[in-house]
Parts: sequence; C-alpha cells; structure tokens
Amino acid sequence: MSEHIKSEHVMSSKMYYGIWAALMCLTVVTAAVSFVDLGPLNTIVALVIATFKALLVVLFFMHVKYTSEKMTKAVIVSAIFWLFILLALSLADYTTRLLS
Amino acid sequence: MATAAVMAERETYLNKEYGIRSWLLTTDHKRIALLYLISITFFFFIGGFFALLIRLELLTPAGDLVQADTYNKLFTMHGMVMVFFFLIPSIPAVLGNFLVPLMIGAKDLAFPRINLLSWYLYVIAGIMMLHSIVTGGVDTGWTFYTPFSTAFSNTKVIEAGLAIFVSGFSSILTGLNFVVTIHRMRAPGMTWSRLPLFIWAHYATSIIQLLGTPVIAITLVLVVFERAFNLGIFDPNRGGDPLLFQHLFWFYSHPAVYIMILPSMGVVTEIIPCFTRKRIFGYKFVAASSIGIAVLGFLVWAHHMFVAGISLYSALIFSLLSYLVAVPSAIKVFNWTATMYKGSISFTTPMLYAFGFIGLFTMGGLTGLFLAALGIDVHVTDTYFVIAHFHYIMVGGAVMGYLAGMHFWWPKISGRMYPEWLGKFAALIVFLGFNLTFFPQFLLGYMGMPRRYWQYPPEFQVLNVLSTAGSTILAVGYILPMIYFLWSMRYGEPAPDNPWGASGLEWTTQSPPTTFNFEETPEVTWEAYDYEHIPAPEEVPVER
Amino acid sequence: MSDSPGAVETQKPELLHHFSSAEQQRDASTFGMWLFLATEIMFFGGMFCAYLIYRYWYYNEFAAGSRSINIWLGTINTAVLICSSLTVALGVRAAQMGKRKLLVTLLLITMVFGVAFLGIKGVEWYQKFEEHHIPGNSFNVDDIIHDYPQIHIDPQHEQIFFSLYFAMTGLHALHMVIGLGIFTFLTYKAWKGVYSPSYYTPVEVGGLYWHFVDIVWIYLFPLLYLIDRKPLR
Repeated sequence: MSEHIKSEHVMSSKMYYGIWAALMCLTVVTAAVSFVDLGPLNTIVALVIATFKALLVVLFFMHVKYTSEKMTKAVIVSAIFWLFILLALSLADYTTRLLS
Repeated sequence: MATAAVMAERETYLNKEYGIRSWLLTTDHKRIALLYLISITFFFFIGGFFALLIRLELLTPAGDLVQADTYNKLFTMHGMVMVFFFLIPSIPAVLGNFLVPLMIGAKDLAFPRINLLSWYLYVIAGIMMLHSIVTGGVDTGWTFYTPFSTAFSNTKVIEAGLAIFVSGFSSILTGLNFVVTIHRMRAPGMTWSRLPLFIWAHYATSIIQLLGTPVIAITLVLVVFERAFNLGIFDPNRGGDPLLFQHLFWFYSHPAVYIMILPSMGVVTEIIPCFTRKRIFGYKFVAASSIGIAVLGFLVWAHHMFVAGISLYSALIFSLLSYLVAVPSAIKVFNWTATMYKGSISFTTPMLYAFGFIGLFTMGGLTGLFLAALGIDVHVTDTYFVIAHFHYIMVGGAVMGYLAGMHFWWPKISGRMYPEWLGKFAALIVFLGFNLTFFPQFLLGYMGMPRRYWQYPPEFQVLNVLSTAGSTILAVGYILPMIYFLWSMRYGEPAPDNPWGASGLEWTTQSPPTTFNFEETPEVTWEAYDYEHIPAPEEVPVER
Repeated sequence: MSDSPGAVETQKPELLHHFSSAEQQRDASTFGMWLFLATEIMFFGGMFCAYLIYRYWYYNEFAAGSRSINIWLGTINTAVLICSSLTVALGVRAAQMGKRKLLVTLLLITMVFGVAFLGIKGVEWYQKFEEHHIPGNSFNVDDIIHDYPQIHIDPQHEQIFFSLYFAMTGLHALHMVIGLGIFTFLTYKAWKGVYSPSYYTPVEVGGLYWHFVDIVWIYLFPLLYLIDRKPLR
C-alpha cells in the first residue's frame, strides 16, 4: 500500500486473518516446545520460530512483501546487519577471553 | 554585484519576517541552521573555558590551581561539552542544515518541523547539561567508565547522562532528515553521481548517526538505571562486567568520531576544487570512501579497550580492522592532493583552512595508526599521546574544516563578505596556536605523561608551558572570526551570488537566499565540479 | 507557512509546500518511519547485547530466573499483541477503503489490546514484587535457590537477570505507552474524518511503529520466558 504502486493494492482481509492465525499457532507451538527437552536445540528452535513470526509481521502486516521500494528492504537489512556487528564482535571478545 | 541599496529592498530568508516568534517557531532550514550556530558557539565557549582552566592548571607540575576532584570535573566537562554539544552537531546542524536542501535543489528538508524539534531537543539537552555543570559537575571522564560512574562517583552522573541521551535524539533526527531528504528531494537531473561530495559526506554521517547513537542512548539509560536503582549490571563486585559498558559505549563513540570528521572532509572537498579551479580528482572514490569510513568505522571500537582486559584474539582483530579504516581516509587525502596538481591555486581564507586540515588531519590520522598497533598502544594509551592524536583530528581537522566552511559559505549565509585579510590572519594564528598547543603533547605522551592527571613530574613542565602558551594563541585565533563575522553582518561588503566562482546549486541563488531557496526548481544537466565551464570570479575578494 | 497535514477543510491533505507531490510526501514519511525503526532496532539491540553476554556467562541463573516468571501471562500477552497487530493492519486497510467508522473501531480495539497488554504486564510485575524479585534493597531469591538444590545459583548473578528483565520489559512497555499516545491521536483524527483513501499516511506510519513494538515482544518472549522450561530432573 505504501510506495510506488500505481493502483492502490488493497489486501484481502482474509489474508490478514490467515497471517494472524499462523502467528497465534506459532506462539502456542513455541511455548509448548519449550517444555520438550531438545538440548541445545531449544534455544535455536525458539529463535527460529520467533524470526519466522517476525518475518510474517514484517512482510505481510507491514506490507514489505508488496512494496516496490528497495530502500525499505535496504533499511531493514542494514539495521539487522548492524545489530549483528555489535553482537558478533562483542561476543568475539567474550568467547575468546579464557583462551588468552 | 549587489549594492547596499539593492540588498536593503531584496527579500531574503533573514528579513522575510521579524520577531522572536518567527525565529523560535521557524521551520526554514536556514533559520534553524542559524539557531544552531548560536547555540553551538555558546557551548564552544563553555568547553573552551574548561580547556583554559585545564591548561592553566598544567602550567605548573604541582596541583595548585584546583583540587584533584575539581580537575577531574574540568576534563570531564570539557570533553562532554565539546564532543556532544559542539563537535557532533557543528557542521551537520549548521552547514548541513543550511546547505543540504540548497545543494540538491530542494525547498527545504523532508521534515522541517522535525528539524526544529531537533534544535529544541538540543537546547533542552544543553540546559540539562548546564544545570549539571553549575550544580556540581561530573568527574567520570566523558567516557563514563563503570563502576566508578555507576557506584562510586558522587557527582551529577545521572543528569549529565540524561542530557547526552536527549542530545542523542537531536542527532538521530537530524540524520534521519538528511537521509530522507537526499533520497527523495533531489531536483530533476540531480543524480547520485552529480551530488556534491559534501552531500555524500553528510549522507555517510547520517548513517552513523542513525545506527550508532541509539546504542549510546541505551547504554546511558542502563547507567542511569544502575545508579538510580542500585543495580549490578556493570558492577564487578556483583558479577557485572565493566567491559560490557565499554563495548556498548565505544560501539557508538568510535563511529562518533567519524560523525565529527566526515562533514569536515565534505567541506574540504568543496573548497579544494573551487580554489584550484579544477574538478575533484576521483569523484567516485571520494564518494565511496565516505561510505567506506562510515561502515568500517563501526568495526573498530575495541581499539579503545586494548589494555582494558579484552581477549588478545579480539584485540588482534580490532587492530587489523583499525588499520583498514585508515585506507578510505588516505584515499581522500590523495584525491585532494591530486586535485591540486597543476591546478590554479588561490590562497583564500577557506583554502588556508583546507590546507591546514589536510596537513593536521594527516598527522592525526597517522598517529592513529601508531595507536592501532597493539605493542605501541600498550605504552602510549592513556597518555598525552592519545590526547594529541585526537585533538589533531578533532581540532586540527574537524574544527578547521568547520571554520573553512563558515568562511566559504558566509557570503551565502549572511549576504556579506568577511574581511579577507583578517580571515587569513586569523587562520594563521589558529594554525600556529594549534601546533604549539598540541605538538608538545605528542612528546609528553611519548615520554610517559599520563592523561587526566592534575600533577606531573617537573621534567614535563617546559612542554606543558609551551602547550598552554599555544592554547592562548589558539583562543585568540578563534575569537577573531567571531568578531569579524558579527562585524560583517552590519559593515561587511554585500556579497554577490557567487563570490568564489564555485560550482554547486547553492551558488546559483541570491546571497542570502530567499526562504524557499529557488524561484523555480532547478533542472540539472551538468556534472558536479564543472569548473571547466564556470568562470573564475570577476572579482577576487578585495583586500581591505 | 506550512499547514499540518491534518487540515480538515478538504478530503485531500494539504500538500506541504516543500514537496512536489502527495506521493513524494507519503514516500518520505514512510521512509522516515522505517529509518526510525532502524534506530529502535539498535536501541533495543544494545540491551539484547547485554542480555546475550550475561546469558552466556550466567546461564544457570538466567534459566532459573526465566522459570520464575509467569509463562502463561507471557504467552497470553504475546497473543494479545498479535491480535492488536491484526487490528492495526485491518485498520490501515479500512483507511485505504475510506471506511471511517470501521477505522475508528479498529483503532479503538487496538488500543484496548494495548491497555490489556500493559495490565497483564502490571500483574506480572506485581507478582515479581511480591516474590521479592525486583532488584533493590528487598531483593531476595532464596526461593529460586531453593528450587535448584543441585545447581549453584549466585544471587548477585540472578539480580543481573532480573535487572535486564525489568529493563527490557520496562523499555518495551514504555514504547507501548507511547504507541497508545500515538494511537489516541490517530483515533481522534480518524473520528474527525481527516483520513481518506488519498491520505492515510499517519495511520500507515503509526501502524508500522505498532508492528515494530510487537516484533520486539516476539523476541523478548522466548528470550526471557522460555530459556529453560524443560521438566526438572
């Protein structure tokens, strides 16, 4: 709906309800899975599900899937990448301290 | 050339409306730039005043002017005010605000009211900072290192931290405004590869402001919480890690130095081609180097923590990355030099400052490489070597670039010429004063004098005296432009549209511009720095 | 000089003078909001960094602390926010279609969800207060230590977990409150008929902000509530 779309592309409300249902299911799944012992995979599964949920919100509720605006995607990717720089380089210190 | 009579009747952004409300409620980017000019100059005086006291104390080896606790407050307040309330806003908020729309052919920034909000946030932050100063000050160093700042200092840490937090918002909003403006408001034909490199520099600066400032914001929030609620996030006695604070703090504060230098580089890149009458050498490389500095600048922060206790392996990584970040800066220096080769150089005041910038920034930058080397850093970290290094860049670089820009665009901003001979004279004084102040500090640091100490062994006195002498000369050099700029607003020669024969859309408007900048939206069909087709100014500024 | 885009005289927004078209104005606004959200990612990101490092160092304390917060309330709150994102998205759609009453209704329902979220969060925090898990003078985690006889739980490290828990959820809640303020403004303007198919940018931009606050919670939930819920051996 936002940028550079010639005709106003109105989403069907069905699509929104569908995404909503998926998000609700994933919420239940992520809570339920946490009770199952998957070892170190628990954290990974939880974060993967969270990321998938976030993607659904970004792509559909925030309309990023339907925008032709490259800058929106560039901004999102850049922000995530920058956060990654902060986390990765900080962790590079913490995880190698005992090796010194 | 405009006569005084013509000027008196012509409408400009300055005389369109009168009255304090028209200034305090303005959304005109040019007026907001002047509002910032007044406020940052005010804080420059405050920060300079603290510097003066520091240099006075350091005239003698003994701690005899002030007590140790007071001295801690002096260098802290000097740093906080100069970094957050002068250097970071300086060029972007004054010259950037004024010129970005003009240079791209727009009527204003994308969000004029947010621009005004930026200024008000800065003012509020400034008042908070002033209040913390007058009610006792802060003594943690501008770096707020924990656990001293969170658990032991008895000074106004919370208030100063919140003041800087608010000023950060101002900075973020300015950056946001510039990015959207540069993307969306360029005049027809003003493609990315035709943009003045001043714009590229501000674009890169804005990226840093957007992505870096929030991290120091959250860090200061955590420090304030820790202090207010007696938490233990950064307290080693309770399992906290002081280094975590430093990681988060420097993640912003290192890129912050690029916020402070990139706009200056942008100014120099406008001035050199103009007073060499040549197109900039390597436009694409200069543009890319600005972006390169912005990106690489985020990868090097822990070089401030080499001796703090980070792991050796991460120190090696950060050392390597710190060497890499020097490359794009060096590219700029090479390109400026190559531009001047076989050019027709005129030594106007802006050009003198630009020359000063290139020389002093190069020295400051090279000494940064000394510091990036782990072995050397162990010896010179926390000494005057570091202080000299960053003052060469911040003062010899950034401030000289700011002065260069103020002189270059003063005719456009005020519609008046400043007295050229005084400009040259002041530039010389600044250059001499600067070197006398800070070169001895390299020697002092190398010889082992620690920073942030209010007494020192007697063998260091001679160099300290030289440094203090230099600082008084430097102060004179700074006060002179303030006086003659003010003088020129009333008595200066009325400025033509393009006194320097410079390229750039801003020079196609009247001096000073009207409120909406352009009568008709310009359509750009020529490349940037088109000096082959721009006639030299009919009149070189007359010597008075 | 410039008039606010909320000028009620006509259905069309007053085009701000410095823009050359309504489309440019709208594009600039949404681009600006996305940039602002990028800064928010870095803002919360700093705390995620602190969280990450201390979870790496003090996993046991983090796991134990995580178990002591109420997973049911957390899950319900996650669902509440997801519902509110739905109503926001439907609201933007209503604005696009010019359905004023529907838009106002959806915005109000969104705000109700938002208030519900804050209410439930308040209940959670009160539980923590009663259990003496709020860092400060009356901080006491003997109950948690007691639940884990086989693992060493250092109360100071536990305090770090709770400090981060309150800082992160508190900052998130503050953003919710700001969101409610924004939506109050939007609802009022919507009710006055300011928005139309040719001008609904503030609704869209406000929606982006709201969705972002939802996404932050989508990450906070597993990171704070689900560190280790495996049955205790």
